[in-house]
Amino acid sequence: MFEFCADPSTLDTAPWFACYLTNGVHMLFYQSFLTVLLLLAITAPVALAFGFIGAAASRSHILPISWMGKLYTSMVRGVPDIAFFLFFVIALDQALEWVNHQIQCPNWDEPIRQGANFVVCQAAKIPLSSAPQWVHEVYNYFIAVFTFSIVFGAFAANVLFGAMRAVPRAQLETAEAYGMTRRQTFWRILVPQMWIYALPGLSNLWMILIKATPLLFLLGVEDIVYWARELGGSRTSQYAYPHPDWRLWYFLALLVFYLGFTRVSEVVLARITRRLSHGQATAGGEAQRKAAA
Amino acid sequence: MSCWETVQAYAFRSLGYGERLLPRGEISLCEQVTLIGSGMIWNIYFGVLALFFGFFFAVTLAVAKNSQAKWARKPAEWFIFVFRGSPLFIQFFLAYFALVRLPEEIGTLDISWLTDPFAKAWLGALIVLFLNTAAYAGEIFYGALRSIPKGDLEAADAYGMSGFKRFRRIVYPTMLRLAWPAYTNEAIFLFHATTLVYFSGFPAFRQQGDALYYASYFADRTFNPFVPYPIVAMFFIILTLIVITVFSLINRRLNRHLPAERRARVRYRPNLIR
Repeated sequence: MFEFCADPSTLDTAPWFACYLTNGVHMLFYQSFLTVLLLLAITAPVALAFGFIGAAASRSHILPISWMGKLYTSMVRGVPDIAFFLFFVIALDQALEWVNHQIQCPNWDEPIRQGANFVVCQAAKIPLSSAPQWVHEVYNYFIAVFTFSIVFGAFAANVLFGAMRAVPRAQLETAEAYGMTRRQTFWRILVPQMWIYALPGLSNLWMILIKATPLLFLLGVEDIVYWARELGGSRTSQYAYPHPDWRLWYFLALLVFYLGFTRVSEVVLARITRRLSHGQATAGGEAQRKAAA
Repeated sequence: MSCWETVQAYAFRSLGYGERLLPRGEISLCEQVTLIGSGMIWNIYFGVLALFFGFFFAVTLAVAKNSQAKWARKPAEWFIFVFRGSPLFIQFFLAYFALVRLPEEIGTLDISWLTDPFAKAWLGALIVLFLNTAAYAGEIFYGALRSIPKGDLEAADAYGMSGFKRFRRIVYPTMLRLAWPAYTNEAIFLFHATTLVYFSGFPAFRQQGDALYYASYFADRTFNPFVPYPIVAMFFIILTLIVITVFSLINRRLNRHLPAERRARVRYRPNLIR
């Protein structure tokens, strides 16, 4: 990074740290923060979509669909989410390979599960074993992101289902009295009004999602926890930057990062709540109206 | 090995009794159920103890956060903010490295005999869980303190109660009653959080781990996630039902003086990962 970094062993404390904190592996460490932010950016909308589908499905009048919706919404009750994370990562991978196997090698006659092995034909491997390393990493990352989306979709489905029920019944009855169909009532009356009721739950969910991001480490992604452990471990004098075990300080930095992130989110979400309460027939909206008058 | 022999060999494996080697090769369903069930002992141990000790600390924190005095309010606010604002996973790592590094850092004085137990899961992780649940429950109790009906407090004043007597007779029971449904969720959630312990730095000594530790062991061995994880799910659903039953009974007792329709029901709303 800097020119004076050519021989770190001769440096004073301050320039030594300047060099140390800007060397190659640290740049990877800083990039992994982007990995986490990217996870949040993808997971939040996808999970919201899953949640919406799940909540709408549980309201369906067609029984099997409503059962599936209910099953999805209640899936996260009672069972630790970490179990779901560990489960889906393997299950999704195997499901994809199995489907691909059925398409690519229809004439395969050996069983796929052989004792402790899961064997599909070479052409059905995802990604192909000849694929470069980065393909494997990207694939793993997206499996992890999809797993997060499924689990958080179930949480979001819970919140949205509650929000849909919180919309005053009279509103829906009025829509019916105007001769709207079920579908019209849903899209034109229910959905626009439900967000203010969903917001506290969704804000809460966002905070939880932020705090769940270190679990990426468990799913085999090289995230900030991975790098904090890697970089913090003690380095002997064979390395360019020898230092004792600094993992404590690295994790302290992560702690501060998360505290700052949740604090900023809190402030932003409070602002959004104020904005959305404007003109609503809720206690918050009423308070705003009185304050203005 | 018949199933009964398996139970004898592995039922207390997580505590270090019975067969030393974990099953390998062909792994039967019975072995998976027994060993994962054996791991549940740790989940229950962490959950029950952290909840029990955390309760008292949480009440203290709530009272401190509600206090007028700055010296009591500020530390409580900060404590709750730090533990609720950061991931439990990071807290575990941080605690582990702090406890492992501490004896090495203070080189001149050998205090490893003192810190060694803290670097092990049974005590170190328990303390982190205890502090964590105290912070979450403290916030719940604080919210309940704020929503105690004004009339109740005025009535207490009118009777001439003050200080600790007012707290013990009026504030505390009402706070508990109002907070109980939310606190039930917190309890369930704490039991779920115990599954993180052995994935977060604390080593499983001689492969003595919790339910999820064994489940992931089996999933790695058999490469088949469709058996061990549903078993874990089943155990946890049973545990959750037990927790809900116990807490509902307490809730009924807390609400026993109220007319039926004003009683708050314990409704499990899952939210939170920490």
